[in-house]
Amino acid sequence: MPTKIEKELYQGKPTTGHEWDGIRELDTPLPKWWVYVLYACIAWAVVYFILYPSVPWFTGYFKGVLAWNSRTEVAEKIDEAKRAQSRYLDRIKSQSTDEIRREPDLLNFALAGGKAAFADNCAPCHGAGGAGRIGFPSLADDLWIWGGKLADIEQTVRFGIRSAHDKARSSQMPSYGSDGVLKPAQIDDVAEYVLSLTGRSTDKAAAERGAKIFAEEDKCIACHGKDGAGKADLGAPPLNTRIFLYGGNKADIVRQVTKPQHGVMPAWTGRLDDETIKMLTLYVHALGGGK
Amino acid sequence: MDGGAPLAKARPMEDEVKSVRQQKQAIAVQSDSLYADRVRVYPKAVGGKFRALKWRLLGLWLAVYYVLPWIRWDRGPNAPDQAVLLDMTNRRGYFFFIEIWPQEVFYLTGILILAAVGLFLVTSLAGRVWCGYACPQTVWTDLFMWVERQVEGDRNARIKLDKGAWTGAKWARKIAKHAAWLVIAFGTGGAWIMYFVDAPTVVSDFFAGRADYYTYFFVGLFTATTYLLAGWAREQVCTYMCPWPRFQSAMFDEDTLIVTYQKWRGEPRGKLEKGGAAAQLGDCVDCGQCVAVCPMGIDIRDGNQLECIGCALCIDACNPVMAKLGRAPNLIGYDTERRMAARAKGEPMRYRILRPRTLLYGMIFAAVGLAMAVVLATRSDAEINVLHDRNPLFVALSDGAVRNGYTVKILNKERTERIFRLEFKGVEGAKLRVVGLVETATWIELRADPDTVTTYQVYVSVDGAKVNQERADVSFVLTDISNLETATRHTWFYGPKR
Repeated sequence: MPTKIEKELYQGKPTTGHEWDGIRELDTPLPKWWVYVLYACIAWAVVYFILYPSVPWFTGYFKGVLAWNSRTEVAEKIDEAKRAQSRYLDRIKSQSTDEIRREPDLLNFALAGGKAAFADNCAPCHGAGGAGRIGFPSLADDLWIWGGKLADIEQTVRFGIRSAHDKARSSQMPSYGSDGVLKPAQIDDVAEYVLSLTGRSTDKAAAERGAKIFAEEDKCIACHGKDGAGKADLGAPPLNTRIFLYGGNKADIVRQVTKPQHGVMPAWTGRLDDETIKMLTLYVHALGGGK
Repeated sequence: MDGGAPLAKARPMEDEVKSVRQQKQAIAVQSDSLYADRVRVYPKAVGGKFRALKWRLLGLWLAVYYVLPWIRWDRGPNAPDQAVLLDMTNRRGYFFFIEIWPQEVFYLTGILILAAVGLFLVTSLAGRVWCGYACPQTVWTDLFMWVERQVEGDRNARIKLDKGAWTGAKWARKIAKHAAWLVIAFGTGGAWIMYFVDAPTVVSDFFAGRADYYTYFFVGLFTATTYLLAGWAREQVCTYMCPWPRFQSAMFDEDTLIVTYQKWRGEPRGKLEKGGAAAQLGDCVDCGQCVAVCPMGIDIRDGNQLECIGCALCIDACNPVMAKLGRAPNLIGYDTERRMAARAKGEPMRYRILRPRTLLYGMIFAAVGLAMAVVLATRSDAEINVLHDRNPLFVALSDGAVRNGYTVKILNKERTERIFRLEFKGVEGAKLRVVGLVETATWIELRADPDTVTTYQVYVSVDGAKVNQERADVSFVLTDISNLETATRHTWFYGPKR
């Protein structure tokens, strides 16, 4: 505060004494009710401090007279949401996935629940939206190594593949190269034949030699079937499509015949509840490739 | 016998009429306080042309306010039959034949723009007629002041009452006044709730104690704000809270009608003394009536000022005085700066309505209004929204085909279920499939639930040989199979890198 209140020239009103380039600031007094509004806000803040958690305290923090807590509130809201979901979840629990699929409102609920569960549990390997990547099959395309019907998918989700569970799906392709069953040149021929199944072979003679090896009774045809059509019940993928789990180039195929990789999917039963597994099944089935 | 007694002596109270500004200045000279006490305004009752107009308008506005929510409008089953309703719970706005959804809130924006530009236009033509005649703050304050007058008397009686000791009679009057105010606040402010929920239901539920917590809360809130703003805050709202007085002068020019004092004619003002030298004085006898009736407590003779709400009550106050003295009316009146200057010089006066400012406001108003009308006239009852799946962008299928996924949302604004035919255009030989429906076809029939959004997951597959672009322009076309109304939405079809 300036010691001397300067008066403005024309009306004799007091100024603050501050001056910028000849412009002086009027010291118009604030209406008192305005100040009271500020006091009311301060009083409000004090009440708020007392009612709600506010300041650090000797034992952690002052919890407020109302003992309100945002975590408790969230927990209550979650419980409330779960109660609201229960009318759907009860029906999901008591019905098969095929039955659920025929009820639009239940299916919608299951797809939403499946989407959330998929993002939490499945997306790390299979990718968001089930796009898949090398070694982790796409769940959005129409090729299913173990079958694409709801029951097939549900069993895979429940018990996994090559997991520790007793009912796990399991298949084992022999290591034709590293175990010395086939010579590298023969493996090369077989790979050339596999390429020819989708019209990509560049060496017709090699493909013909490969075809003979492929068709030997104890070799590829035993699991992958005639013309590489695949057998879902054995977990043997078809070789006559453009989709290869471990890559579709010749080098990829040679590597897989020489010393196959065997991916593992965990069993989800026991980790996820029954309803969630059913919702996941329906969601994966609806990603686009379900049969 | 003293024959030269001044006329003014006969009205001792009127002699002390001072505007808020004068009173504040007197206080400021004595005090260095940082905070100013409120200077109470005690507007005097006045009758006249403009007061009568204001009463009539007040009646009209309140009638509109009360009648509007009770008007019924048949929209068929499953729809509210209230003509004007802002249904927050179900997120629908109804205005007679118009029904808007949340995504159409731009209608509201349009209405607000129209209101703003309309206000600019009216203000540049006729000054603050909104503030003076139609603003809820003015209308309710008028109503509350009328109640105050009935209970506590007119200006002088109220001043006397406030200055006096707190006797039983004073308590009785004050309590009666505030009780009446609260009843009116509840009856008017509280009625605002009728615009947000079904009026007949909420009124009966309210008094039966069956309404929900929110209803009671909002009725309480609007009752409290009405009581505070119209009973207590009054002119403080216009002076300190409302932004409009602060910039309305930007719409004013020398051709704007304002409530104004004809300074050239009134000055030098002075009391009329019997046998005094009236010849040197102007028409203003400094009777203070214009200040006494002013609800804002200003002196219109200080010139146009931001506190003036243009209510014209000072005109009603001045004209009878002029008539009594046999002088020309409208010493205070509606006039423009330009006309006043011409009037002072005795030159011909003209009132220019067409000015660049008014033409521009008028054009903006017309353009926005026209655009709104066109949008409203072409508003469709069906819309389609399409979200392309981003993860994965596309899926290669075992037969070499490429598949894209879309979330298709159908907005059915009608009250009945509708069947639409969904087609995919832009890529040859596309096949559609919908999750939940087994069919795969070049087009699909989809059901849309009434008055809501129905969502479908749609997969579109195209033969790999025909996918020759990394990203193709495509669109979904939705056609109502009964009335052939269509809605189209552009999107993309992704394929592998070429």
